[in-house]
Amino acid sequence: MTTSLLPAEFADLEPFAAKWCLPSEHERYEVRLASSMDEMHAFYDAAFPRLADALVYLDAFPIDELPDDATNLLHLLYSLVNVSFPVETWHQPNVPDSGAAYLDLVAEPRP
Amino acid sequence: MSERAGGAVPGAGRTSANGYTKPAEGSWTEHYPELGTAPISYEDSISPEFYELEREAIFKRAWLNVGRVEQLPRNGSYFTKELAVAKTSIVVVRGLDGEVRAFHNICRHRGNKLVWQDFPRDETSGSCRQFVCKYHGWQYDLDGACTFVQQEGEFFDLDKADYGLVPVHCDVWAGFIFVHLGREPSQTLRDFLGPMVTALDGYPFEQMTERFHYRADVGSNWKLYIDAFQEFYHAPVLHARQRPGPIGAIAQEMGFEALHYALDGPHRVVTTTGQRPGSVPDEALKPSEIVFRSGLFGPWDEPELGELPGGLNPGGADADQWGLDSFQIWPNFVILIWQPGWYLTYHYWPTSYNTHVFDGNLYFVPSTTPRERLAREYAAVTFKEYGLQDGNTLEATQMMLESRVVDRFPLNDQEILCRHLHQVAAEWVEAYQKERAG
Repeated sequence: MTTSLLPAEFADLEPFAAKWCLPSEHERYEVRLASSMDEMHAFYDAAFPRLADALVYLDAFPIDELPDDATNLLHLLYSLVNVSFPVETWHQPNVPDSGAAYLDLVAEPRP
Repeated sequence: MSERAGGAVPGAGRTSANGYTKPAEGSWTEHYPELGTAPISYEDSISPEFYELEREAIFKRAWLNVGRVEQLPRNGSYFTKELAVAKTSIVVVRGLDGEVRAFHNICRHRGNKLVWQDFPRDETSGSCRQFVCKYHGWQYDLDGACTFVQQEGEFFDLDKADYGLVPVHCDVWAGFIFVHLGREPSQTLRDFLGPMVTALDGYPFEQMTERFHYRADVGSNWKLYIDAFQEFYHAPVLHARQRPGPIGAIAQEMGFEALHYALDGPHRVVTTTGQRPGSVPDEALKPSEIVFRSGLFGPWDEPELGELPGGLNPGGADADQWGLDSFQIWPNFVILIWQPGWYLTYHYWPTSYNTHVFDGNLYFVPSTTPRERLAREYAAVTFKEYGLQDGNTLEATQMMLESRVVDRFPLNDQEILCRHLHQVAAEWVEAYQKERAG
């Protein structure tokens, strides 16, 4: 049995962890663009209803003292932030009318 | 989305259908008669010759913001800044005495770039006690003095005191580090910034150190991107689909009007309404906005900042109306302060007449909890969703302006700041040409 990435309380989200626990916005945005809407809907539909619980769980820790599994959960929620735009607003992976434009996040807070 | 825009307006005049009051002259533009109201040419954005003049007339004669003091956390901290517009690179360093200084990033021996990592054109940052040239090992202290010459005895009458780093005028206002590439600045930094900008003194920029730095290469003249972010006339149209349900269509129907515009020398400001939590019905919000408690205007839960300076909300709009001030600081720097207690900056760094590098930095009071950090993440990603749409129009505009099929473009009253920017650029170029002609 492989080690789980997420806290046991969020075992139901474990199937999405390998793909979406991503530490940088660059990776999250790239994976979003490379994913199908079906994949992103499946992730969103599983994770969004668990968001309120996850916020309560994470808030038990100071931001700079998160255990590894909680950090992974935080990274998963960052991906949920990114995926919420295609799912809730665009109905396609990329931003409409964005064409060849890009905005690279070259510095971001950690974790 | 406001019903009524209150507040002090110069000689309060006409009130629009949406309740926004304009100056007594009937428009913001006519309140500044030197602007005129005629269509303008965009020749200044498509002419390689004009760009060559701008390099000297503007970028070597204005104070330029290159970063913030938090980027130099300790004595010995440094960063480099590529300034293609001036064909130079500079190194900005906090000396062992704590003072911030700037130097041209060139070794005095044979001209190698002094501070860089693997790639000569990439910016870098770090911390050191002295600068060492990787070519022949010449060394400089953090005040710029040459302190070591490899095999000094091989040289002819060389006095190290004559070979210090070439200094760049450098000063700090409100934690923002500015440089001036001219021989002798005609104004101090404070005089250059003027009363409208320096009235922001006391805003707690230094508390807002959680930073998201976005960067893009953009295929347009630098002034076109400034124009894109200094008018919001485009917002209900270009960004209509960012809002759920019928809200986008309603916003487009209403159009955009600002609460306030003001000009001060080469600088300008626009104030708009905002989106207070609770002022927007849930059906106008995305499900994620409600749970993350965040959105385009930032996290809904505001930090405690204490009393804010009088320079904010310069038009004196009613407190429940004020949403943001976007200060456009000549020539290429923007500070945009959002009512919910955070700010962002934009920089537009020309690399040719039809290309530039765009930097967008979002600054927040540091998160203390994961929930706060996620609210900031949501705001940052929202910023990018909008910014991608803004950025993509620019190359399309540049292309067609360069066709020169049309050379007169009408600007409306909500585009007053675009009109001002191009007028200031023309004035600075003209003043430079006159001076050069003697």
